Amino acid sequence: MQRIGVFVCHCGSNIAATVDVKKVVEVVSKEPGVCHAEDYPYMCSEAGQMKILEAVKEKNLSGVVVCSCSPRMHEATFRKAAERAGLNPYMVEIANIREHCSWIHKDMEEATEKAVILARAAIAKVNLNTPLKAGESRVTKRALVIGGGIAGIQTALDIADAGYEVDIVEKTPSIGGRMSQLDKTFPTLDCSACILTPKMVEAAAHEKINIYTYSEVDKVTGFVGDFTVDIRKKARSVNSDKCTGCGVCQEKCPSKKSLNEFNRGLNTRSAIYTPFAQAIPNVPVIDRDACIKFKTGKCGVCEKVCQAGAIDYNQQDEIITEKYGAIVVATGFDTIKLDNYDEYAYNQSKDVITSLELERIMNAAGPTKGHLERLSDGKAPKEMVFIQCVGSRCSDTRGKSYCSKICCMYTAKHAMLIRDKYPDVNVTVFYIDVRTPGKNFDEFYRRAVEEYGVNYVKGQVGKVAPLPNGKLLVQGSDLLDNKQILKEADMVVLATAIEPEASVRKIATMLTASIDTNNFLTEAHPKLRPVESPTAGVFLSGVCQGPKDIPETVAQAGAAAVKAIGLLAKDKLTTNPCTAKPDELLCNGCSQCANVCPYGAITYENKEVNDHGIRETRRVAQVNSALCQGCGACTVTCPSGAMDLQGFSNRQIIAEVDAICR
Amino acid sequence: MQELVNRAKELLANGTVQRVLGWKAGDMAYNPEPSYFETEADLSDFVYDAFCGANLSKYMIEASKKEGKTLVFLKPCDSYSFNQLLKEHRVDREKAYIIGVGCKGKLDIETIRKQGVKGIEEISGASMDDACDTLKIKTIYGDKEVSYQSAMLERCHVCKGKDHVVYDEVIGESRDTVDGERFSEVQRIESMTPEEKFLFFQKELSKCIRCNACRNVCPACSCRKCVFDSNKFDSAQKANVDSFEEKMFHIIRAFHVAGRCTDCGECSRVCPQGIPLHLFNRKFIKDINEFYGDYTAGEDIDAEAPLTHFEFTDREPNEERG
Repeated sequence: MQRIGVFVCHCGSNIAATVDVKKVVEVVSKEPGVCHAEDYPYMCSEAGQMKILEAVKEKNLSGVVVCSCSPRMHEATFRKAAERAGLNPYMVEIANIREHCSWIHKDMEEATEKAVILARAAIAKVNLNTPLKAGESRVTKRALVIGGGIAGIQTALDIADAGYEVDIVEKTPSIGGRMSQLDKTFPTLDCSACILTPKMVEAAAHEKINIYTYSEVDKVTGFVGDFTVDIRKKARSVNSDKCTGCGVCQEKCPSKKSLNEFNRGLNTRSAIYTPFAQAIPNVPVIDRDACIKFKTGKCGVCEKVCQAGAIDYNQQDEIITEKYGAIVVATGFDTIKLDNYDEYAYNQSKDVITSLELERIMNAAGPTKGHLERLSDGKAPKEMVFIQCVGSRCSDTRGKSYCSKICCMYTAKHAMLIRDKYPDVNVTVFYIDVRTPGKNFDEFYRRAVEEYGVNYVKGQVGKVAPLPNGKLLVQGSDLLDNKQILKEADMVVLATAIEPEASVRKIATMLTASIDTNNFLTEAHPKLRPVESPTAGVFLSGVCQGPKDIPETVAQAGAAAVKAIGLLAKDKLTTNPCTAKPDELLCNGCSQCANVCPYGAITYENKEVNDHGIRETRRVAQVNSALCQGCGACTVTCPSGAMDLQGFSNRQIIAEVDAICR
Repeated sequence: MQELVNRAKELLANGTVQRVLGWKAGDMAYNPEPSYFETEADLSDFVYDAFCGANLSKYMIEASKKEGKTLVFLKPCDSYSFNQLLKEHRVDREKAYIIGVGCKGKLDIETIRKQGVKGIEEISGASMDDACDTLKIKTIYGDKEVSYQSAMLERCHVCKGKDHVVYDEVIGESRDTVDGERFSEVQRIESMTPEEKFLFFQKELSKCIRCNACRNVCPACSCRKCVFDSNKFDSAQKANVDSFEEKMFHIIRAFHVAGRCTDCGECSRVCPQGIPLHLFNRKFIKDINEFYGDYTAGEDIDAEAPLTHFEFTDREPNEERG
């Protein structure tokens, strides 16, 4: 039996206003094993911690229960305090009577009863606790950044500038990401490429940065400080070392009917292509689905015209295995599919476009060479309608519940640019609210309204109908004037909601990083740890974590880099001792635990065991405690109960449940 | 049957195997029991007929630890169990010489008794060489006839098929015995209200006397030490509070064999209380098939098991069932 001290925290009034802490002390002091119980206003204060130290010494305690806030807040604090008192830090358990109790209850009697129950569970567990010793693991001084958009580039640059090696993995043929598709940026209207390409060049030229484009992460094993990652370098069919980027292959390629992804499918490209002029690396790839050589075996024009002899039809995907200490996810976003929004006629009319498509139309390198024209007939529009919140702030399941955050500003930008360049074009914006929190944002929007005469209408559009005369009938409402509006427009632009890039689900699964219902990666703490994933060693950069604009993305990219640098600067990490441990005498050797282990921590070996006098060689599970993250998947899979989790043993959990059900 | 004995003698004689795992006659006409035979002379006690329903694959766990090879006779459905044990590294393929025996459907004495046949002295029509259409039964009350099909074990009415999934050689023909829907009983229970389900399982599981026969015969229940016997857990040696408490044993057992159970039906065959225990396992099999696509444990040793393997395309637990 342990000698347990229970310390009940008031947390000022956070706990004490709802939980009768004196009553909790009185009840738990009669629990088996408890030989000291007291309450204190702030257990986490230095004076509170001293209470633990004194009691451990005076009463010769062997275990400590602190009834306070979530262990995520102060478990480490109290473990250190116990250690200072000479106890093993893993002899401390926290009963969370704040988040799990006082904050969610109003009735003091009920809350007090629950606090007692939670304390009992923790006491029951401590009774079965055993001292555990944390080990150490090494840190590989290299970072992986997944995604080569502005978020990934900025994170990589910041980590590299601190002196650490960084690899960027980008799945498209070039780094640059969504920002490279934008024409101008708000609120300063500087050209997106002009500010992005220097960063791309800097990343490419940086001696500490290595860029894998047209590559994807295939497999991730290991853990914080020591990840092993398989990177699939997809076959480019062009030898990057030989290619000079002259572009002749793309000119001569006879297959020119593939949709141009960079221009959002608004025009076509050749089968061998670089996505855009400033692409890094400036090495084309062959789209094997479109290439005549790959489809029929005949053609080979690019190979003939390539002076450098860089074309290599036999190139295969290559797997590169590399070790990393830290991984930053910067996978970015895409616009949502508009299949659920038939009322806006996006699929019926070429003149209904998304805002990202408008960016390409406005861009000098875009499908119309920067001329604002209707894609149906090439005519210049006279009447343009912008519809806000298409798929954002949606209360039903058609769209997204969240605000995409960037649309109000880019629509103001588009409206302003169009009015500036084509003063004869009328621009109407239908909106729910105009949201402009941000430095110089509201001023920017006001300029669109006041100086550029953009017509903002508060109200949503119910329907866009293509008319026989080629125009689009927009039916909307003006909530301020309380009237219906029918407007014939030449073009309609939809401020389409953004969502995390689809590949993030697979990446999150590989990293065991959690994602929310909208596929945004979850932060370790929404306020206090916004750039860290709950999975140690995984950091979040850019829109993969939540909608944000370029300045916010760059700021977060830097923050993620700092967190990664903080990790890489360490030589050793303390490992969690709460790892799985097999009982070799109970182990059947069935391999089910190894199959379910997400960390590859379990292997099997033939080992001589002495089972109560029977000596035999058995196939038994072995856990690599450096790889084990203590998830417990093996313990619930093992039919014989041979696998147990140290610090969270089956017995301890059952004891807690029993204490709660008593 | 003689063909099996002859072949067993040959394999013993030429040293291919050290022992034979088969059946010898029991104390009644209908209860032959699994037995080892070490010599040719021993084999004079060997029997094989339609009452030899026992799945011998589980015996191969212990046989794998013995010196030399053991000859074992496995029906098509038994071979699935052997394969599953092989997948779990519980048996050694090198220690087994498998003769796949043809199967015409195995008989269930309880089903025969339910047809009013009592005081059985002799049964004919149940040997491997018979047509297996009609059973002629000599009883102390006179001669009776029972159709073979009506006397089969439940599992034979929903037989997995005639293929042996693992064998060294095959002796004897199998025949189609399927005349039932495998999941119809599960579906019937699924369609009950929660209260009806509870009453159904309460009625069935309250019969349990915890003789552990189901566990001991089950090829998937092959732990060195069962959690219900291990003093490491509080589940062992616990006195029951009420007659329905054994439900926990059966539910936990069903979870432990989920995804590994080959639906061999031995649990229900050996239950002295006639509890349809296989229904738990079959419910799991049905759910697994619906969630992750059709999967038969033991069919393919290299196939990924649905409950210990994941794909990115796997259904999420919160997705509604289709």
